[in-house]
Amino acid sequence: MSDLTSVDNSAHDHHDHKPTGWRRWAYSTNHKDIGTMYIFLAMIAGLLGMAASMAIRAELALPEIQFITDSQFYNVLVTAHGFLMVFFVVMPALIGGFGNWFIPLMVGAPDMAFPRMNNISFWLLAAALVLLVLSGFVQGGAGTGWTAYPPLSNADYHPGPAVDFAILSLHLAGASSILGAINFITTILNMRTPGMSFHKMPLFIWASLVTAFLLLLALPVLAGALTMLLTDRNFGTTFFEASGGGDPIFWQHLFWFFGHPEVYIMILPAFGIVSEVVSTFSKKPIFGYLGMAYAMAGIGVVGFVVWAHHMFTVGFNVETRAYFVLATMVIAVPTGIKIFSWLATMWGGSIEFKTPMLYAMGFIFLFVVGGVTGITLANAGVDMAFHDTYFVIAHFHYVLSIATIFGIFCGVFYWLPKMCGNMYNETLGKWQFWITFIGVNILFFPQHFLGMAGMPRRIPDYPDAYAGWNLISSFGALISLVGALMFIYIVWVTIRSGERAPANPWGEGATTLEWTVDSPAPFHTHEQAPELEPKSATQPAE
Amino acid sequence: MFDFFRLKASTLSLGLCFWLGFSSNSVVAQNGPQPWQMNFRPAATPVMEDIVSFHNLLLIIEVLIVLFVLGLMVYIVIKFNAKANPVPTKTTHNSFLEVMWTVIPIVILVVIAVPSMKLLYFMDKAPKDKVEMTLKVIGHQWYWSYEYPDAGNLAFDSNLIPDEEIDVSKGQIRLLEVDNRVAIPVDTTIRVIMTSDDVLHNWAIPAFGIKMDTVPGRINEAWIRVPAEKAGVYRGQCSELCGVNHGYMPIVIDAMPKQEFAKWLERAKKEFASNARQVDLAQTKITIDTMVD
Repeated sequence: MSDLTSVDNSAHDHHDHKPTGWRRWAYSTNHKDIGTMYIFLAMIAGLLGMAASMAIRAELALPEIQFITDSQFYNVLVTAHGFLMVFFVVMPALIGGFGNWFIPLMVGAPDMAFPRMNNISFWLLAAALVLLVLSGFVQGGAGTGWTAYPPLSNADYHPGPAVDFAILSLHLAGASSILGAINFITTILNMRTPGMSFHKMPLFIWASLVTAFLLLLALPVLAGALTMLLTDRNFGTTFFEASGGGDPIFWQHLFWFFGHPEVYIMILPAFGIVSEVVSTFSKKPIFGYLGMAYAMAGIGVVGFVVWAHHMFTVGFNVETRAYFVLATMVIAVPTGIKIFSWLATMWGGSIEFKTPMLYAMGFIFLFVVGGVTGITLANAGVDMAFHDTYFVIAHFHYVLSIATIFGIFCGVFYWLPKMCGNMYNETLGKWQFWITFIGVNILFFPQHFLGMAGMPRRIPDYPDAYAGWNLISSFGALISLVGALMFIYIVWVTIRSGERAPANPWGEGATTLEWTVDSPAPFHTHEQAPELEPKSATQPAE
Repeated sequence: MFDFFRLKASTLSLGLCFWLGFSSNSVVAQNGPQPWQMNFRPAATPVMEDIVSFHNLLLIIEVLIVLFVLGLMVYIVIKFNAKANPVPTKTTHNSFLEVMWTVIPIVILVVIAVPSMKLLYFMDKAPKDKVEMTLKVIGHQWYWSYEYPDAGNLAFDSNLIPDEEIDVSKGQIRLLEVDNRVAIPVDTTIRVIMTSDDVLHNWAIPAFGIKMDTVPGRINEAWIRVPAEKAGVYRGQCSELCGVNHGYMPIVIDAMPKQEFAKWLERAKKEFASNARQVDLAQTKITIDTMVD
């Protein structure tokens, strides 16, 4: 088999031969094409998820019911927004998209380790997206929230197949991610170009490796929990039902044992991208490379033992809460190392503030803002005041909707020249950054106030006193919408008619291997393992 | 229809007060949320008072961290842009700095952890010998029911007053008004035990620092002690997604002086006499309903 493939490849070696038409995409085993499809899928899902959030903000702009007269539909929107953004926007863009595109390019491999498995990973996710969208249209939809807590998500309170569709959708998405993770781990462990030891890997590769391990360990737990929920719903088991000896809290343990690593799965690749971008535009190697790499590994490990901080109000005894408070706060230490190492990388640099760099700096600052409210919430005592209020919404949108999405935008602006061969328009890019920056802050900052005043999450109507900040928040959503549409426009224009980009448009700071191949990256790259010069390939570990 | 702008002028200053932390009870007779509020509702129990003061500590630390990072970034933008600094340094290490930015955060976390643990253990449960009264809370889709085991199993349901029946002139607040308020005496240590009849709900009273899931098959516990000078009406909303009408099951508590509470009990016992053996009645009702079906 491997012999055949290599013969096949060598026949096409030098003229960039590729399949044409729909076969090129449907049957693709090429990491770049599959990466492109992931990014495209993320954009479609992003539009759907954004439509849901715009409907939510429009409903909440004023008190009383505006246009969502069916509260179940409101809950379905909230649920769909969460599922879409987590499983079908952030993960496909950062892991499936940038991971596929740039892991082989950056480690000097010709493709992923298992190209055919890469294909099934993508198509499982596409099927999952279809199932999830369908779940919104069958018998009332799934109005369980993305956490799908039973009993609300069991057959008594959500009869009909909507929740089953959502469960199966997550099953497929999970299988897709597990296969992808296996592919990433194998590629990174085995296919690095000679001389690229672990301590010479670019930080994006480190981030992807840690992320892949988190996926591999966390998603099977979700799959198990989903299967139990499925049998509870359809075959009369009672894993999560007190009346049959089960326990609804059991679900929350399983869900968050997956769910908390999941938040690091979403943020770590963004850490990696930001590290590359900060180093490139400061024209300096990463400061404290080893600390940066092991901080990510540390975050990954500790991320597995803090899950119950999402469950401080379920009625744990006090010792359990005390442990989870202390364990959670530990994460602030490696996170602090990352923040300060980024700042130290910039310190003494010769920084060019191109759009990717603006996004990287925006990421760092707003991640700090979202991070400190995380410290607040980690303390079970004050969490009694904040749990399930808009303060929590503000917190996790600062780290996810703002920081992670900034990470995605950062990556797109940084790598778009490599992916499509054209440069984006710098002026438009900067405008897009500032519009988005202002929009998301107006959108999410007032939600801290709403949360402190006690406004609960997931309600379609609120007491009139909350009107002021909600209107401002909805206004911010409109500005953010302009930013998002402008982003799509810039990407479109760049692909259609941007200026041709050189192999390395960023100059001396861009030292990783993807900048040594042409722009756009040819269909086949690194057919021979690239030379790794000690200084040029990555940050020296010294 | 709701008039947004009417809110604005009279209440902006109020919001400002909250923002600056000058929350005073005189402004907030009804203890609900206030327009443009940017801070906690005024604390009505020792637990919430401790939450507020601990949060003040956190807020100061966090604002300082954010300002510190922002300051560094501004300095970097001014000093190390390509024009001001054309030749980048090649520094990639500084052991002293790296140790400092590991150790200082640890110290800060310890400073946070000590009061955090104190608060956590204080709020957990009322000391057993001090409990003077028990209140049972049961969550339903979508209303709360309350029982007073110390008062001959007095029991009643508490339903939302729908928008069209809200009388603003009586000081009623839309979405935060119920037909039967829960009365509690002030200056009394009350143990609240909670469970649910169907899905998860969450019984949350911001001013009391209470937010506890009600879980079918389990009993959760919290405690309240409202000092005499804080008698008044306190409001909260269900805080765990519980289905279609999750946003429509508020909690309204009337904390009243002890004598008033005694009178209220007498009245309530008569009014809700038919509910006294609620459990049996509920089961009977189910049987009848099933038969009718």
